[in-house]
Amino acid sequence: MLVLVAVLVVLAFFYGKSRGSAFGTGEGKLHSLPYYHGYFVALMVAIPLLILTVLWPALSAFYIESQTLAVLPADLQPANGLARDAVMRDIRLLASGVLSDPDGLSAYPQGMRAAGAVFAKLQSASGWLQITIGLLVGVGSAMLASRKLSTRFRARNSVERIFLAVLIICSAVAILTTVGIVFSVIFETLRFFAKVPVTEFLFGTQWSPQTALRVDQVGSSGAFGAVPLFIGTTLVMLIAMCVAGPIGLFAAIYMAEYASPRARSIAKPILEVLAGIPTVVFGFFAALSVAPVMRRWGESVGLEVASESALAAGIVMGVMIIPFMSSLSDDVINAVPQSLRDGSYAMGATRSETVKRVVLPAALPGIVSAFMLSVSRAVGETMIVVMAAGLAAHAVSWDLIETFNPLQAVTTVTVQIATLLVGDQEFESSKTLSAFALGFVLFFFTLILNMIALRVVARFKEQYD
Amino acid sequence: MTDMANPVPARAGRPQTTVIDAARLKKRYRAEARFRWYGIAAIGFACGFLVLLLSDILLKGLPAFEANTVTLDVMLDDSKIDADAISKGNFNSIVNNAIRAQFPGVTSRSDRRALPKLLSFDAVDKVRREVIANPSLIGTTRSFDLKLSDEADLFLLGMSTDEFDIPVTGSVSIEQIEDGFRLTSSGNDFAGVLARVKQRLETRRDRLSLDASKLERVRDRLAAEMPVAEAAVAEAGPEATDTHPAKRRLAKLQADTSSVAAALARLKAQTDELSDSINNPTRAETLTSALPSYFVRLPEKGVVKIAGIGSDYITGQAYMPVAATGAVAAGNWSLVEYSQPEADRRINDREIIWLTSLRDAGMVKSGFNWPFFQRGDSREAEVAGVLGGMVGSALTLLVTLLLSLPIGVAAAIYLEEFAPRNRLTQLIEVNINNLAAVPSIVFGLLGLAVFLNFFGLPRSSAMVGGMVLALMTLPTIIIASRAALRAVPPSIREGALGVGASHQQAVFHHVLPLAMPGILTGTIIGMAQALGETAPLLMIGMVAFIVDVPGGFSDAATVLPVQIFLWSDLPEAAFQAKTAGAIMVLLGFLFLMNAVAVVLRKQFERRW
Repeated sequence: MLVLVAVLVVLAFFYGKSRGSAFGTGEGKLHSLPYYHGYFVALMVAIPLLILTVLWPALSAFYIESQTLAVLPADLQPANGLARDAVMRDIRLLASGVLSDPDGLSAYPQGMRAAGAVFAKLQSASGWLQITIGLLVGVGSAMLASRKLSTRFRARNSVERIFLAVLIICSAVAILTTVGIVFSVIFETLRFFAKVPVTEFLFGTQWSPQTALRVDQVGSSGAFGAVPLFIGTTLVMLIAMCVAGPIGLFAAIYMAEYASPRARSIAKPILEVLAGIPTVVFGFFAALSVAPVMRRWGESVGLEVASESALAAGIVMGVMIIPFMSSLSDDVINAVPQSLRDGSYAMGATRSETVKRVVLPAALPGIVSAFMLSVSRAVGETMIVVMAAGLAAHAVSWDLIETFNPLQAVTTVTVQIATLLVGDQEFESSKTLSAFALGFVLFFFTLILNMIALRVVARFKEQYD
Repeated sequence: MTDMANPVPARAGRPQTTVIDAARLKKRYRAEARFRWYGIAAIGFACGFLVLLLSDILLKGLPAFEANTVTLDVMLDDSKIDADAISKGNFNSIVNNAIRAQFPGVTSRSDRRALPKLLSFDAVDKVRREVIANPSLIGTTRSFDLKLSDEADLFLLGMSTDEFDIPVTGSVSIEQIEDGFRLTSSGNDFAGVLARVKQRLETRRDRLSLDASKLERVRDRLAAEMPVAEAAVAEAGPEATDTHPAKRRLAKLQADTSSVAAALARLKAQTDELSDSINNPTRAETLTSALPSYFVRLPEKGVVKIAGIGSDYITGQAYMPVAATGAVAAGNWSLVEYSQPEADRRINDREIIWLTSLRDAGMVKSGFNWPFFQRGDSREAEVAGVLGGMVGSALTLLVTLLLSLPIGVAAAIYLEEFAPRNRLTQLIEVNINNLAAVPSIVFGLLGLAVFLNFFGLPRSSAMVGGMVLALMTLPTIIIASRAALRAVPPSIREGALGVGASHQQAVFHHVLPLAMPGILTGTIIGMAQALGETAPLLMIGMVAFIVDVPGGFSDAATVLPVQIFLWSDLPEAAFQAKTAGAIMVLLGFLFLMNAVAVVLRKQFERRW
């Protein structure tokens, strides 16, 4: 079908172009260049054909499915949506003709085999019908479009209007994405809160989302108090920021204020390489190299370090964020006007005094927002914590040292989202829905953080422009 | 702002430096140097970490690229293969017999069963494949290069245990005793081994006494709690039942105390026993599987594993048949140590001896592990490959590129060149900036809820993975493309408009081609990001165990980073090497993409 569309569109383009050139040799002045006539005809052909290509499979699949199921005898009729999917899978398998040997076929009842035959027939018919209709629509719209062509026809303006519409649609994709995220997360979250009260989710201290196998089992609903996850996330984030904050900031200060162009040209690519390493690699390193080392050190000084600890995950995550933090801070430090520095030097201040008392205070809003963006990165990071921080939510109590013990395994919001949604899942269970509720919290937390940070940076840059 | 700068005290008259000022100046310069060093240390830390990370992965991953094969003469017995149904032939027994034929001395049932485990299960498949391809081989004997098992591979690469040759000086005399052999050395050769064993025992004793001191602390704590618990029971009075909390507590304390005491006694007995043998350097020792393994290699491939050792003799069993008893001169025998105790490695002593004898016979070849790049995933480490992940990644990235490049560039052109400055375009702009900072896992949620559950697109497919990644990289591409478009000077645009081009003609014919290198650089960087992304793909089911290499966009597929994630979870040491190997492949691709981006930037960079 796509081949057909491409062929028709190309043909339409050349047809339109030749018509356009024909006008050019005739009397009167041609309004648009010939190839715009070509574009016009081609677009007129492409738009209806593309709509057809997208819509046809969906509509025809729906029709074919209902027709096929109607063939099935009453005892094979599926009772609900799930059974319907299963039956359609079998029918599709039968129709595909993969099962040629007799013992494979005989495993299915007669009625289903008949349905398979109907399905195969309808499918091929639908394919041919689509191509026929496509041809008719293509040629028809080419005729309609070419009737409009004339010397005075403003082909360029029409084409440009269509182009502009395409551009606008493309830039709307960004908005659609956000809308899609918001809606998909909100709907599932609302359904989750219909099952589990909001207060329990936000303030409960028990997290054990495993729902029981039987419905009547005690505690079958699981426990959905997310406080342990929030604490785990905060803990890992704090450790990461303790690493990334000072190191990233000092690296940025050095690069912006001290480094010679040569040193800069060496250090910057290194930080870029560090930034380009996939998080799964950091996760591997944290889980298989850093965590065992921590454990051994802990043992040698008599501390009990879990093999999956918040510390290992946090430190490696901090290293991952260093380049991010340093490049953001580098930007804002460079945005501080040189005149402020020169003024400070003129007063006899040393470089470090200038940095500490002039540059940093001036760049403070930018640095704070760099910090906030880094925090949002740390909170949203998934792979490192999935691989190195653990799955079990640990107990929350008022014993703060115990609760925030970095040597224990902790679990985070992102880890839970990932583990709850990996593998087969029932979409209706509160276990699955709880992942969306966590996603909701994560999305809005990071969104607010990002919005504030981006606004602060924009303001800050404006101030010195 | 300037009032915050350090004010240098104004001084009337001629500037003079007092002692105090000099000291202060010195302090300020020291602070200056310190501050500078903080910066260098920060960058040094980042570099050091990068070097550590890369070298760690290189070290772990290199073994994945090397594989060992053993060359065996395989007798393709026609009684075991039916020429009409070759694939149903008993190739297992054919291959098993081939390896057993190398060890005629191995006779016990359990050993004969253990021998074929040196080979990968792929060995049988390989022989079967070749015979099916060439049925005339049936009934002949032919030599095959057969893959060794993953543990054998690791041993041959030196990853399972260290191997030491202990130098010997004297001759050795062999005598047969009731359950094995007794070897006596004329030199002082076995004393050295005994000393090494005692050293090991000493470290073990130290560890045990550390445990004991920990337990003692527990005992003391329990003892300190005891009076409190007793007082509580006394307070509860005689009428308190056994279920009273104070009584239950006391009972638990008593039980703990006695079990701790028993454990302590056991530890004490063990350390005493160990101290005894350490303090008596000539006392004979029995070598258990918790100690390193020692072997005596004798002429004609004979091997004796040392089971008991004294200062001038050893006793042990023959692991490879010993040809003759009597004296063997120095130079014709040797001593080997495998430091990792048998209990702590996955390859046992017998397998080591078999492998080394194959190796010494020159039958083991090591070469580049091509199958690593030719196969999909597998449960068996020695045949698991990255091809499935590589093809999956390629398909996914293709979808991502086809979607995000045109949409991203179109959006950038609109926003940069045509969009009127109004609330709507401002909203789009804020939106794009925020989307760039949304955690990637949220895009996974979007893909799951919208693409899979709402539109019903196929789970685990490269198509859906590509769509999710396209949405994720879109902001990166839009931002990079806008920067590239903005960098084209207005004079180009104005020139085009001046000669009568329409606004769109000016943009598409003149501005866009000039911005293209920048756009492509940004796109490559976005694609590199997408290539390394894992989390959103977990949500849409790309984590399934998939053996087949995907053949199309709607087939179930996995990608390289997810493959890395899956392998990193597996306990086998060989899979750890595979994981690091796959990481090296991934980093290689990322490096290549970034290098292309850098070259593009260098090649086409223009300063206006």
